[in-house]
Amino acid sequence: MSDGIPTGSGESPISAEKEDRQHRGSVGAALGKRLRERDLSAAPAALNLLESSAADDREQAALLLREVSPAALGGEAKGHIVGVTGPPGAGKSTLLSALLHAWRDPVDGERKSVAMLAVDPSSKRSGGSLLGDRARIDFDPSDRGVLIRSTAAGERLGGLAAATRAAAQTLAAAFDVVVIETVGVGQAETEISDVADTVVVVVQPGSGDVLQFLKSGIMETPDVLVVTKADLGQIAMATRRDLSAALRSLGTKATRVLGVSSLPPPEGIDELLLALEEQRASTDIPARRLRARRSGALLDFVAEYGKRGLRALGGRHAAERLLEQQDSTLDAQALVGVLEATVSEA
Amino acid sequence: MMRTYAGHSTAEASNELYRRNIAKGQTGLSVAFDLPTQTGYDPDDELARGEVGKVGVPVVHRGDMAALMDGIPLGEMNTSMTINATAAWLLALYIVAAEDQGVAQERLQGTTQNDIIKEFLARGTYAFPPAPSMRLIADMIAYTVEHVPKWNPINICSYHLQEAGATPVQEIAYAMSNAIAVLDATRERLESTQSTPPGTAPRAGQPSDRAQELMAEVFGRISFFVNAGVRFVEEHAKLRAMGIIWEELGRERYGVSDERRLRFRYGVQVNSLGLTEAQPENNVQRIVLEALAVTLGRDARARAIQLPAWNEALGLPRPWDQQWSLRIQQVLAYETDILEYPDIFEGSKVMEGLVDELLEGARAEMAVVAEHGGAVQAVPYMKAALVDSHRARIQRIESGEQVVVGQNRFTETEVSPLTDNADGGILVVDPAVEAEQIAAVRKWRAERDQQAVDLALAELARIAADEQGTENLMVPTIAAARAGATTGEWARALREVFGSYRAPTGVGEASAAPGDHELSQLREEVAGLAEKLGRRPKILVGKPGLDGHSNGAEQIAVRARDAGMDVVYEGIRLTPAQIAASALQEGVHVIGLSILSGSHRELIPAVIGALHDAEVDVPVVVGGIIPEQDVAQLKQAGVAAVYTPKDFDISRIMHDIVGIVGAECNGHGPSANGSA
Repeated sequence: MSDGIPTGSGESPISAEKEDRQHRGSVGAALGKRLRERDLSAAPAALNLLESSAADDREQAALLLREVSPAALGGEAKGHIVGVTGPPGAGKSTLLSALLHAWRDPVDGERKSVAMLAVDPSSKRSGGSLLGDRARIDFDPSDRGVLIRSTAAGERLGGLAAATRAAAQTLAAAFDVVVIETVGVGQAETEISDVADTVVVVVQPGSGDVLQFLKSGIMETPDVLVVTKADLGQIAMATRRDLSAALRSLGTKATRVLGVSSLPPPEGIDELLLALEEQRASTDIPARRLRARRSGALLDFVAEYGKRGLRALGGRHAAERLLEQQDSTLDAQALVGVLEATVSEA
Repeated sequence: MMRTYAGHSTAEASNELYRRNIAKGQTGLSVAFDLPTQTGYDPDDELARGEVGKVGVPVVHRGDMAALMDGIPLGEMNTSMTINATAAWLLALYIVAAEDQGVAQERLQGTTQNDIIKEFLARGTYAFPPAPSMRLIADMIAYTVEHVPKWNPINICSYHLQEAGATPVQEIAYAMSNAIAVLDATRERLESTQSTPPGTAPRAGQPSDRAQELMAEVFGRISFFVNAGVRFVEEHAKLRAMGIIWEELGRERYGVSDERRLRFRYGVQVNSLGLTEAQPENNVQRIVLEALAVTLGRDARARAIQLPAWNEALGLPRPWDQQWSLRIQQVLAYETDILEYPDIFEGSKVMEGLVDELLEGARAEMAVVAEHGGAVQAVPYMKAALVDSHRARIQRIESGEQVVVGQNRFTETEVSPLTDNADGGILVVDPAVEAEQIAAVRKWRAERDQQAVDLALAELARIAADEQGTENLMVPTIAAARAGATTGEWARALREVFGSYRAPTGVGEASAAPGDHELSQLREEVAGLAEKLGRRPKILVGKPGLDGHSNGAEQIAVRARDAGMDVVYEGIRLTPAQIAASALQEGVHVIGLSILSGSHRELIPAVIGALHDAEVDVPVVVGGIIPEQDVAQLKQAGVAAVYTPKDFDISRIMHDIVGIVGAECNGHGPSANGSA
């Protein structure tokens, strides 16, 4: 069996699990430290831990999360967490392939390491899932600066698994960009805005449903709206116009509407990258992350203890107030711990 | 016309085989190409590894085509080429080979399969995205109808749809929808080029008489390649139904009135899906019965029949196996009285009723495809529907509802003298062929006029890049063939313009299996394993190499999901490095690889090597057409388990995989590199 402890290069995720069971060293903390030092090869094993529900793995995961918490990092993780969502067939995978190439091989500027979390809807009946997205993203398998991980959405409808939120926060300590890709429209971008710094909604030309969702308020306005298949010309232009008009009439915030064509030669990718950067610069990231950690902690707590747990805290409002009083550098896991401690004291 | 599907290893070896078969009375040639040629890669491409000369002959440049056809008079020969994504290129090489023999293109007779939609749906050897692929097809049809008038430029294949699980209704509907997509694209092409004769003003929207005449000619040139299963009465009805819809389309949609051109012409390869590895001798009687489906009634009789070899599920057939298939056809044609009567089903109420039922179903399904925007747009829909049908079929066999003699019933058997001999009953390709071909293509490139090739390829790229598609792509393609360009260079030039593409897998949309006892037991096992692992068991399913037959891999993926696993389905055409990277990044517990092209000897060790380099230490299981004598070798290389067509019960395979992962996780199982 190969050794699962840090080797500096890619290591076996499974052997890390085995190792973990055999001697209770602080595998989690070691992985966390490596990520903090931007050792990307620690990521697969770290994700295995975060996804595990085994009791000892949970302990290790908590140790890992502590190592990449704002307190340990001395501030928020540097990586830009970008949520990308949209209806099936909107061209997300093609767009992500084009973005990936632009991040890895920029015409000018810095080469960025990228982690992508592709969230697929689970099959409800069996709990199994088919994760087919990575096959649609075109990248060089020998490129160590890219990680693509598919995960099932988990139990809640349209929701992100708790593990995905933890994963995004963890990977942001090591990677320059962390993309969370989800499928859907309406509910999906609300969920994703709980964890992403910037939310991108991808639609194809002629998607009237998105327009309707926006107008009726079912859909929260994203930071960036991308209309794909700009090569379709007229229809793409008209869709952009309609969406811009709808957003103006809502007057909520300045959502950028961009058109891209991911087919060769790609068009609009540079503009999208620029928009993402500008959006990030104009966002109060620490505040958004803090809010994300707090709402994430509450979601996790409710998922674990249900309404009864919430009542024991004195209701949702009281729980939120309690979380707001906590140190802003605590990670979500630690915040759940605070809630748990409060319940057991009560 | 009688043919057997043949061609392998090298152009010279295939040429010898063709000459032998012609001497035995074969009246046409059927050329099978290897996967690199089919998908547009040269033998020295990374993706070609293990596939060169495997399922057919490698044809890399005009020199290869000349050697393949050496001594065969192309002016008289009728040549059928099983080629699709790169059909335009192979036809160009054939035209150039004929030029070398002093035969004008006008005299050439034959067929290129050239059906790209079924490649997206079932066979996987596509090279370009759907829209430019359709443009290539339309260009080729428009070219041949004027310049190679005796050529059948396309052969719409429903054959592969049935192999992918299509019901008779789906087979009819998808084949006809496919034909509509091709004919519509061709009509557009003809109208744009024929409506403006030099010196006259364009008449917008008005098809010229010439265009209409050519369109009728094209309609008459379109032939089909269908499948026939062992339920031969229903299969015969299916062919009658196809003939009726085809005639309707001709009259109503394309304004064809000439009876001769309205005739539904088809060739047939009988079903391989139903052929079994268990008691393979039973395949002989299956093949005979399937041949009846396409010969019984004169009104729907096949024009050409290809019969598979009885031992196809075991590996590449030998000349003797192919001879047996040819003899079946000869017995039918010359010994029986089948050809002596007019249509024997005329006036049969039962046959009429059956045909009506199929017509009704097929028309409804064609309407659904039309609602999706036609066959090109409906590829994801059709793919998902096929994956679903196939799953249902497998479940019927597993449950015993559908009987397969020798496989799920009457399984007791005496020792077979046919498979129990020294060479394992199959033919394997000499692994040295690949190295020789790589050396040969490098030599070819070094010795040709490079400047002429560069110019020809640049011209090809220029015409391809014109989005209006005003110039026919066949012209620069023939020029590139003449200049000495290679298959890989031609395809690369077009890929650079058109972009690369991955077809939908259909597995994401496949509906969940109805829960039976077997499945719920499996789910419990998986849940138990998940408990032990701390997370749901995660399996990576993929196909290394160029083999595009993904039906088996898709069914494994769907069943693993239904059993409760997280399935990373990677699809076809993966390099060992891609598989290793995915396994590492995804944190999978087990890897399932499928190979049907016979390249497992090269590719599986390559994948295991790549996993080792990436320090991924998880069990690998392999499924496919793996001859018994290769199983030990694969296990030696580190494969945990090997599944072949005789392991038709997917639930048992799943059960086995759960056991392998469980043993691994307990730590007292064999290491990932041990054997199961």
